[in-house]
Amino acid sequence: MTAVSPTVVSPTGFSPAAFVDVRDLSVDFKTRNGTVHAVRHVSFTLEKGRTLGIVGESGSGKSVTSYALMRILDAAGVIAGGGIGFDGMDIAAASERTMRDIRGREISMIFQNPRAALDPIRKVGHQIEDVLRQHVQADRSNAYEKAIEALTAVRINNPRERYHAYPFELSGGMCQRIVIALALACRPQLLIADEPTTGLDVTTQKAVMDLVAELTRARGMAMILITHDLGLAATYCDHLIVMKSGEVVESAPALELFRNPRHAYTKKLLKATPHGCASVRDLLPEDEAPRAPAAPLAVAKDRTPLLVVDRLVKEYPLKSARSGVFRAVDGISFTVGRGESVGLVGESGCGKSTTSAIIMRLLDPTSGTIRFDGVDVGATPAAKFARSPLRGRLQMVFQDATDSLNPRFTARRAIADPLLRLGAGGEGGPMPKAEIGARVEELAALCGLPAHLLDRFPHQLSGGQKARVGIARAIAVSPDLLVLDEPTAALDVSVQAVVLNLLVDLKDKLGMSYLFVSHDLAVVKLLCARVIVMKGGRIVEEGACDQVLGAPRHDYTRSLIAAIPHPPL
Amino acid sequence: MTSSRTVIVLKRFAQAIPTLFGVIVVTFLLTRALPGDPAAYFAGPAATPESIAQVRAALGLDQPLPAQFARYLQDLATGNLGQSISTGQTVLSDILTRLPASLELTLSALLLSLAIAMPLGILAATRQNTMVDHVCRAVVTAGVSLPVFFTGLALVYVFYYQLGVAPAPIGRLDFAYISPSPVTGFFVIDALLAGDGETASAALGQLVLPAVTLAIFTLAPLARMTRAAMLQVLASDFIRTARAAGLSRRKILLGSALRNALLPVVTTFGMVFSFALGANVLVEKVFAWPGIGSYAVEALVVSDYAAVQGFVLVMAILFVVINLLIDLSYTLIDPRVGFDG
Amino acid sequence: MDQAKDLMPMAVPALAPAPGGLLRHMLYVLRANPMTLLAFVLLALFLVAAVLGPLVVPHNPLATDAASALMPPSLQHWFGTDDLGRDVFSRVVVATRLDLVISVAAVALSFAGGAVLGSLAGFYGGWTDRIVSRVLDTVMAFPLFVLAMGIVAALGNSVGNIVLATAIVNLPFYARLSRTEVNIRREAGFVQAARLSGHSDLSILATQIFPNALPPMMVQISLNLGWAILNAAGLSFIGLGVRPPTPEWGIMVAEGARFIVSGEWWLALFPGAALMLAVFTFNMLGDGLRDIVDPRARS
Repeated sequence: MTAVSPTVVSPTGFSPAAFVDVRDLSVDFKTRNGTVHAVRHVSFTLEKGRTLGIVGESGSGKSVTSYALMRILDAAGVIAGGGIGFDGMDIAAASERTMRDIRGREISMIFQNPRAALDPIRKVGHQIEDVLRQHVQADRSNAYEKAIEALTAVRINNPRERYHAYPFELSGGMCQRIVIALALACRPQLLIADEPTTGLDVTTQKAVMDLVAELTRARGMAMILITHDLGLAATYCDHLIVMKSGEVVESAPALELFRNPRHAYTKKLLKATPHGCASVRDLLPEDEAPRAPAAPLAVAKDRTPLLVVDRLVKEYPLKSARSGVFRAVDGISFTVGRGESVGLVGESGCGKSTTSAIIMRLLDPTSGTIRFDGVDVGATPAAKFARSPLRGRLQMVFQDATDSLNPRFTARRAIADPLLRLGAGGEGGPMPKAEIGARVEELAALCGLPAHLLDRFPHQLSGGQKARVGIARAIAVSPDLLVLDEPTAALDVSVQAVVLNLLVDLKDKLGMSYLFVSHDLAVVKLLCARVIVMKGGRIVEEGACDQVLGAPRHDYTRSLIAAIPHPPL
Repeated sequence: MTSSRTVIVLKRFAQAIPTLFGVIVVTFLLTRALPGDPAAYFAGPAATPESIAQVRAALGLDQPLPAQFARYLQDLATGNLGQSISTGQTVLSDILTRLPASLELTLSALLLSLAIAMPLGILAATRQNTMVDHVCRAVVTAGVSLPVFFTGLALVYVFYYQLGVAPAPIGRLDFAYISPSPVTGFFVIDALLAGDGETASAALGQLVLPAVTLAIFTLAPLARMTRAAMLQVLASDFIRTARAAGLSRRKILLGSALRNALLPVVTTFGMVFSFALGANVLVEKVFAWPGIGSYAVEALVVSDYAAVQGFVLVMAILFVVINLLIDLSYTLIDPRVGFDG
Repeated sequence: MDQAKDLMPMAVPALAPAPGGLLRHMLYVLRANPMTLLAFVLLALFLVAAVLGPLVVPHNPLATDAASALMPPSLQHWFGTDDLGRDVFSRVVVATRLDLVISVAAVALSFAGGAVLGSLAGFYGGWTDRIVSRVLDTVMAFPLFVLAMGIVAALGNSVGNIVLATAIVNLPFYARLSRTEVNIRREAGFVQAARLSGHSDLSILATQIFPNALPPMMVQISLNLGWAILNAAGLSFIGLGVRPPTPEWGIMVAEGARFIVSGEWWLALFPGAALMLAVFTFNMLGDGLRDIVDPRARS
């Protein structure tokens, strides 16, 4: 963990001899709908050996700022004003040839989605050699050894073997190490990390960030970390700037920003970050209309749980091995009580999504039983379950709201779809057309979706609005069990805060049971009283949230908890 | 890695077998689908009922379909594609003597087309939405819209009739020259091998117009695919990484980008070959090129069905082999082939 | 690229509600690309010629007149006359209907067959997919024009069989495209959601997936129409299908080809140009449609 020193770069943010000195930077993008001012009058400075975090939600201009710094904007983007000083030179005015020498040798960058950031059909070792030779850090004779050196620096085991690997043969975390090796191969003085952990598993995230922090510190480099995650930024940066709609709204030392945020937006962001909050209500800004306190989370004690999953197994045949099978779900058993919220937590590939698809009867298990309200729903094949009278009582909110809405249906049509097929209560046939309009509007109101948005198509709605449509559709037929499959994973934190509160409100009003599938223990804790931790298709730990988070028994749960970034509070 | 690659290559060969079988089944069905009585057709126009019956028995058409198919396979295995009515030779020998002419034309046209299309596509992709791009797009669309026989005629009119720079469209070599002794079967190469520069240039002169005609037709899909593939690759994350690492524009464009863009282009090449082999028939007719295409057209006119069917089968087998070669080259370029994640 | 994605949320509020949005988008595409506009105009022209052609042409396309054979273009005969003294202009215009009917019928047939086969293969996967793919591979294993030749030769030399042959060799394009388009949406979130809403497989395929797969197929139709015309004209150029004296572009070029070497260019030029223009129109239209339906080009 990085020890954050309380000293600040410069209280005013300006010093004439700063290593990186961005002054009044503006970037414009020419689009069909006119010019978009993506970055407006942004200023900051950064000294050698320091780290700066640029924090903001999508569309804040944080990435564009960093692209401008490297002068790798799209053809449509131009630096419209201001200056970028780097080690005494003016980047904004430098020639393309000069920039090419600077990129990779003086300033390097690492990206999100590391596998896509590497050439898919070139050996990773060769890709590192390309950079070394471009900047004359190596010639034909010693390029191989230098590349191995770079791979060793990012602690890749068997570097001589990995040298010959293609990106598709490596894990996401390993690919990110390669990207880091590539970025640091020529020993640059500044590293820009653009959401370097997005798309990686939580435990991998921590390993990658620790590696970056350690390497940059050991080499005395400056680093700019671009992220949407305030917690992450505060953990690894000395100084933070917060961006919104292309402008810097606040700039302060990390500790200061957390202790004493001045701008309303920073306050809202800070509140919305689910670290250490006691209740889901704490995520919302204080000035918003007060809501009833959320009902206390309770572990259900009833004797006949709503859902009983018993020794569930799902196997997939492996393509290569003739007899081998892959067990995605390996004999798990658990229950969900009436009106209870249960969290199902694990990293990608742990079998949590397969489990929820089986419970939702979208997928048939290999063995095991699923009893819902006393009925063995597993006995009806998934292909025939559409006609089951229980269909409407089991519903789901999907991970990616955009993907879960038919692009050709308006919001109104999307919410009406289950009503047209199943009717309002699941039984008794489809709902008469005349009643549907009123019911859809009622549902929209319930989910906080303004009525005038109902006639829009998905691509005309924001992420939060699409999430609301997805939720309204899921509750349209009054289900008893709602599976929430990472419903906020694709959303900005402030939107996530609102959606989580909506889910809590709906549960209080409608009395459904939730199975909340997530990779984020901090979020699960706010919604669920009980949590199940999965790894490799098995349940490794189960219990009340407080107990699991407070005193984890299994090593894996401990590493999950340790991976949550802890801001210096 | 190496051994698994060998397995992949062997698998590709194995996959060609069912395709080849499918091709043979379809060709067989085509021979049985003849309107009216196939035996009457094969017996020729002057046949009597007796001779038709004789032909029927000789061809095995009085037997059940599976037996006929077995016989068809047997015939194919021994290289028996039947007898051509019009030339009196076996269809196999007719086709074998004419095949080099078709290959010479098609291959030189495709080489020419590739040499123009790839740089054009790259240029258009790197200068998207500029004048170069628009011109490239217009030229390419016009190229694919031109009926290949019409292009051929237009070229003949301009370069032979009006300008007089091209030789008369009368095949591979003017009557004044003697065909070079066959080594590769390609006149230009054979003449050069024989050290006969004059014949070589005459053969080349004959080849230019038909090859250009065919090249214009195949230009469009290749240039279009190159452009699209380059655009897609240039917008991908790893190109951004390369830029951020300070690699030179030339290295990015011709190294990473082109190598990756080549993959979809190679796939398109199979389709382009299909078009080229079809258009080849029309070009051969226009330029009286003595290849298997004009052979088939002549056979069609006189209802010489054995010859037409032999032609279809040989073309299909040729195409299966070409696709196999394309697949294999793809396997060599893309390390991901055969990897089941 | 990510930079554009980063800007997306800003661009969203600027979008108008859908119907107006699509119309506006179409207008934008037409304005930005005058070639598409030109293609629409040409298409209208061809449709008029196909419908009204025989009624408005100045001469009987079949009437021979030995006295005025092989006349170059003049005021009397705009496109000149052929070796039998027939008016080339009238023949070119009248031929429009036959050429369009052949290609439209062929494309309609292959679209219908290909869409059904491809959708089923893409949706159900497994054996259905394997069998359909195998059959398609076999068709694609032939050079397509050559297979069309073989089919027409085997089934008999008629316009109907030209249509059938063109449809068969075109079918794999539609089948493969719809297979891909359906397959990528098979596990999409909105399909899963539809299952939860109680839709059966066929209902999902018909109401949820297929409408989304349709736009790229429309583009394919337009591009394919041009190819179908070329294919049919090519077949008649080598003497299959349409027979003289019926006016048809391919056969007219074939007849005119004999006179090219003696300098009577107009016999082949005008039908060839008509053919080229028709194919050009459909190709341009396809490109334009692609821009209109491409979601990445929007917003």
